[in-house]
Amino acid sequence: MIEKTDVIIIGAGPVGLFAIFELGLLNISCHVIDNLDKPGGQCAELYPEKPIYDIPSRVSITGQQLTDDLLAQAKPFKPVYHLNQQVEKIAKMESNEWLVETSLNNKIRAKCIVIAAGAGSFVPRKIPLENLDLIEEKNILYAVRNKSILEGKDLLIAGGGDSALDWTNELSKIANVTLMHRRKEFRAAPDSVSKMLELEKNKKVSFLLGQIHNIENLKNNKIKVLVKNNDEIQSFEVDYLLPFFGLKMELGPIANWGLNLMENLIKVDTEKFETSVPSIFAIGDINTYPGKLKLILSGFHEAALMAQECFKYCFPDKKNVFRYTTSSKDLHKKLNSS
Amino acid sequence: MKIRVIDRDGNKHELEGDSNSTLMEILRDADLDIEAACGGCCACATCHVYINDQWLEKISPKDDDEESMLDQAFDVKNTSRLSCQISLSDELDGIELEIAKE
Repeated sequence: MIEKTDVIIIGAGPVGLFAIFELGLLNISCHVIDNLDKPGGQCAELYPEKPIYDIPSRVSITGQQLTDDLLAQAKPFKPVYHLNQQVEKIAKMESNEWLVETSLNNKIRAKCIVIAAGAGSFVPRKIPLENLDLIEEKNILYAVRNKSILEGKDLLIAGGGDSALDWTNELSKIANVTLMHRRKEFRAAPDSVSKMLELEKNKKVSFLLGQIHNIENLKNNKIKVLVKNNDEIQSFEVDYLLPFFGLKMELGPIANWGLNLMENLIKVDTEKFETSVPSIFAIGDINTYPGKLKLILSGFHEAALMAQECFKYCFPDKKNVFRYTTSSKDLHKKLNSS
Repeated sequence: MKIRVIDRDGNKHELEGDSNSTLMEILRDADLDIEAACGGCCACATCHVYINDQWLEKISPKDDDEESMLDQAFDVKNTSRLSCQISLSDELDGIELEIAKE
């Protein structure tokens, strides 16, 4: 079965979610596809509990709050989400519509495609040791989704960047944290580093010089991490290992769609945010143009302008009357009926 | 100029290098499974190699950026380098290295 909609949005990050709203205002319906198991993109997956300070009018908002609010804002327009799947291929149909196929074999046709895929699929860099599958599910956390399971536990955090330091500082409030890094210099924000050193001085955090050498599964639900420093190997028994070795970026199948790319970014114009292929748009971190700033708020602006152009593809015979949300009766009806 | 490489499976390769390229570019173009995700701008650590001790001192030392980026690599040793940061020159003819695990 082939589903039908006006616009397919690839990527359910903040910019993809706001695009639903902007398109919805113009009566354009959307399906949204994302390869994570929930909407929100990086905001929800990597830093759900980290505050963001540059969303207009929000003094401080966490990645998860922002996601929740954007979902609520988009809801009256009844978007259809296809999660846990990636767009594998796109093809032009005889009707001039796009046919999009996902990795779960869903087929959807639409008049326009909006790529809001951030930096492509962002995946945490995993520990390159063999036979970690069992442990990776149980004892290794590449992202913290639920702090409460870590309460009172023995944690080994590995890495020297912002994620490692921020989580060391944060989790030291509820768990026994050892931070391990290969050197005494950290590339994290100086504030986080001094906070960590202060915690170490007060014995709230232990610091360990070394690198992961091997990991063994123990019967008591714990793991034994062998830590190597120069040629010396020490072993640590912990409940959880939290490795923060940065992210791996994967543009995935988008690279093969014949769009003009520049260093894995999609070139667009700054009037319509359309790509080199008509009726395919790119908004948010994945696009590039002179002066581009990779900010969520830039993506919001791009979504609004993209929607104006999508209207022409979706309703070629209709006139688009510009209306403010304060006076749009259409919108008020939708908001009340939801 | 020759570049002698041991890949992740322990196989030996002899590659032809040139002084207009970085070490990473030669490894990547030889399909030796070097990801080099960032394209050589020292923004990832997916071109991590171990340089043979004898050759290490002939290469210009790593800067802060490279040292910082190596934090994202696994099993970093004294001989660890990011191959995108090594410009080839005639002096390095015969250089020996091993590709790190990824």
